Amino acid sequence: MLNNKWFACATLALAAVATGCSSTGDKNANAPAEAVRPTTTSQGNVAAAPAATNTGGTPAATQSIVYFDFDSSELKAESQVVVAAWAKYLTANPTAKAQLQGNTDERGTREYNLALGERRSATVSSALQSAGVAASQVELTSNGEEKPVALGHDEASWSQNRRVEIVGQ
Amino acid sequence: MFKAMLAACLMLSGFAAHADLDITVVGGAKRAQPIAVVPFQQGPGQPADVAAIVAADLDRSGQFLALARNDMKGFDPLPTTEAQVDYRTWRALGQEALVIGNVQALPGGGAKAVAELYDVFRTQKILTVEATATRASEWRSMSHKIADQIYEKLTGTRGVFDTRIAYITSTMASGRRQFKLIWADADGENPREIARSFEPLLSPSWSPDGKRIAYVTFEGGRSKIIIQTPATGDYVTFLGEKGINSAPAWTPDGNRLVVTLSFQKNSDLYVIDLASKSRRRLTDSFAIDTSPTVSADGRTVAFLSDRSGSAQVYTMSIDGGDAKRVSFEGRRNEQPRFSPDGKTLALVNYDGSGYRIGLVDVATGALRLVSSGPLDEGPSFAPNSAVVIYTRQGAAGAELATVSTDGSVRQRLRHTGDVREPAWAPFAKP
Repeated sequence: MLNNKWFACATLALAAVATGCSSTGDKNANAPAEAVRPTTTSQGNVAAAPAATNTGGTPAATQSIVYFDFDSSELKAESQVVVAAWAKYLTANPTAKAQLQGNTDERGTREYNLALGERRSATVSSALQSAGVAASQVELTSNGEEKPVALGHDEASWSQNRRVEIVGQ
Repeated sequence: MFKAMLAACLMLSGFAAHADLDITVVGGAKRAQPIAVVPFQQGPGQPADVAAIVAADLDRSGQFLALARNDMKGFDPLPTTEAQVDYRTWRALGQEALVIGNVQALPGGGAKAVAELYDVFRTQKILTVEATATRASEWRSMSHKIADQIYEKLTGTRGVFDTRIAYITSTMASGRRQFKLIWADADGENPREIARSFEPLLSPSWSPDGKRIAYVTFEGGRSKIIIQTPATGDYVTFLGEKGINSAPAWTPDGNRLVVTLSFQKNSDLYVIDLASKSRRRLTDSFAIDTSPTVSADGRTVAFLSDRSGSAQVYTMSIDGGDAKRVSFEGRRNEQPRFSPDGKTLALVNYDGSGYRIGLVDVATGALRLVSSGPLDEGPSFAPNSAVVIYTRQGAAGAELATVSTDGSVRQRLRHTGDVREPAWAPFAKP
């Protein structure tokens, strides 16, 4: 289970991404990094964030972010619940699609991190496909280190940035 | 009359400069050479104080200590001709070299500048330099050309004052993060925008003739490689495949780009012909292959691959074949960049605690770390192969830094907001 910090971060991030998409009308547009920066990790913000609720049948925001270890694209055991939730949704809705947006922390070079972000997306894609999701239902993208949700230069921020965000299309 | 003119040009020293980059020398050569650049004989109200620009260039290089104008007050008049040069007094001031000159304004805003370089100890003229401008906007460049030749005469290394640097800035604009690709003179002056986007911009890379620049944009939400001519603003979307389009590197003949594409499986290297757009896959591994750089002779590609389990630098023939690992020190090595003279390979070395810029002697394979980390990346060689510019994490955000390849001279280049991804343009004028 995700801890409270990630819980809040994930909630705010998804809320901001959703807002960015609806305001631009471009389903490919991502919200700028600042918009998804969590300003606090208190429980109060979780309750206040509108996307905390499950809307449109997609898994909740709290079940839409997969976190990774440094320089790793291996799925952690704790991420199985996220994969399972999205696999359930996507197999039950064969016309539904999801974008897998890979991200890294700031360490290492930008070009490598762009590739690492994609590899993390591919890991999540493989896990979903193993659970019965059609390849055509998922789209892999990578932001590399360009779209951090936390801007500090320490592990507390880095751990939040090493992630794949699953965004229903 | 003559004195009045000199007084007028001394007052020119306070020229309003327009630079986005704030450059400071944080470590000079072990023994910087004292040099006096006397105000040139030039009229008031002209587009640039040529001697001030020459002095600032030499001083900023860290190889020279330019004498402040306040310390020249004892001279009446200040010399502008050989006959007026009083070696003994300059020697008494501790100066080893002396530069005098004059600037002749030409119709249409142009100018012709002549400078003379004197060896104060050997009491002789050792260089006469001429440079011209065809319009007012070229006066700074004309001044840099004079500084370049003085620098080369005194150090044996070609100067890079009359060159340009591209970089990417990231600042907040109306509550959103905005990215700009900018090119400016090597002294940070004359910044001009190449591209701006609310999506990230990455990996600028100059064509060998300095006329075009390739870079990566995420405009529209996906990576694409753009090739643009900064002088005209013309651009084409060169590659926009599914997946990653990144890390463009030119071949020295300017006819091909080596790039990273992931549409076939994962990140692999491809050689793309610019004219025909025909492509050849260079690597086909399950691992990440990216950050290519082409050697000066055009035969070898160095690149990052994590096929061994960690990111390391490999080389292979540009025609394909086996990859050979060339980095072994530290835990990871990323983002190789060949020097223009082909003798050095810059890379980003990670030893478990920090990312530093390393320089590999191509002939011996020996690695020297020339920056202190902890988050340094993005090395780019000056066209004289004697200086590397890179990105570091400063107290106020990402900033640029330079280091001479012998490790002795260091600069910091700061900008409002973050500045990163420097690309030093070749000698040829863009």
